[in-house]
Amino acid sequence: MNKEVRHLTNIEELSVDEIDDLIKVANDIIANPNKYKDKCNGKILATLFFEPSTRTRLSFESAMLRLGGNVLGFSEANSSSVAKGESLSDTIQVVGGYADIIAMRHYKEGAPLVACNKSSIPIINAGDGGHNHPTQTLTDLLTINREKKRLNNLVIGLCGDLKFGRTVHSLITAMSRYKNIKFILISPKELELPEYVKKEVLEKNNIEYIETNNIEEYMSRLDILYMTRVQKERFFNEADYIRLKDYYILDKNKLKNAKDDLCIMHPLPRVNEISTDVDNDPRSKYFLQAKYGVYIRMALILKLLEVK
Amino acid sequence: MNIDTIKNGYVIDHITSGNAMKIYELLELGKLDCQVAIITNAKSKKSGTKDIIKVGELINLDMDKLAYIDSNITINVVKNDKIIEKKKLTLPEKLVNVCMCNNPRCITSTEKELDQVFILTDKERNIYRCIYCETKLNKN
Ligand SMILES: [Zn+2]
Repeated sequence: MNKEVRHLTNIEELSVDEIDDLIKVANDIIANPNKYKDKCNGKILATLFFEPSTRTRLSFESAMLRLGGNVLGFSEANSSSVAKGESLSDTIQVVGGYADIIAMRHYKEGAPLVACNKSSIPIINAGDGGHNHPTQTLTDLLTINREKKRLNNLVIGLCGDLKFGRTVHSLITAMSRYKNIKFILISPKELELPEYVKKEVLEKNNIEYIETNNIEEYMSRLDILYMTRVQKERFFNEADYIRLKDYYILDKNKLKNAKDDLCIMHPLPRVNEISTDVDNDPRSKYFLQAKYGVYIRMALILKLLEVK
Repeated sequence: MNIDTIKNGYVIDHITSGNAMKIYELLELGKLDCQVAIITNAKSKKSGTKDIIKVGELINLDMDKLAYIDSNITINVVKNDKIIEKKKLTLPEKLVNVCMCNNPRCITSTEKELDQVFILTDKERNIYRCIYCETKLNKN
């Protein structure tokens, strides 16, 4: 184990100041992309995707390529050494000799910790099962910062699968460190925010929240509406999935009382939670959000590689 | 009921009724060469009934495992027919290979050489979480 190497497995490992710095760098990259195009010349990012996630992988690869670096890796476990029975610890130690930094996605929760304990190079957790996905949260924070020009004084509506939706849990955790944040939790009873998130994050930090199963009830108060997808793989029972998957579909009509400067977000890919007629509404920011994901990952790679 | 007093060993007292067999199994007391007596549903002033275990030798007792099962236990250390020490247990900060993570999606289910490690995240409510997946340890 190399103690000096900095990894990112969980959003809480970053202080508010560090997040501010990452956002500042990302904003600077957006403003002056040329300044950064050779920063990672000669460096290699390994994308180790034990579970496929094309979008996240491409976002990391784009980030490294835009910094002038190179990428290598695999996109699913059965095309990798795992299929031959190699342990994660071994894979990580081998790749440490091939690359300078790793972005890893794994279907097992806690895999990043195992990897970090064995790695000589920085590891970025690109998602571990239903557990953590810190670069999604950083993407969300950059989007809010750019579109609302602030990370405090916000009423945030979270809609859809609040039970299994890890992006929601870590967004709540991250936002609870800023001042005057209120949450409107919109979900069917079956997909409510788990008790431990309410107790250990919201109530512990004295954050106001309201639970509702009606997406329109508080629409007029929202500064941000964060939509999520109901993911099939999180259900043990097919019937529950089918019953709940179309519970919330955001369309133009449901937005009629919304603020003019509402910011509509979604971690993507969407299935049908947001009707395509919302896409050309200027308040829809989800495609921009995906684009911002590249810039915040660029900022993170620079930070972990200690490139100035 | 009368069970031989012990010369050297432990009287593990104030075990919550029903926990004696769990202790017997987790501490593998069945593998010892010395005498082990298990008394269940003994009368207790404090809590109605309790279990007691007597171990007839001063073996190395795993206090962390005992505390994990039942932190109310008192351990009387007996030497030459006398109780020389009464030990109270405290919840260990960390449990290593005492129990398994029961989250089927946890990395410990596939990465076989890993230690099973839990840390005490909430002292008041006696909550342990897996260091890998952070799933709450379910003691039953
Ligand atoms: Zn676990």
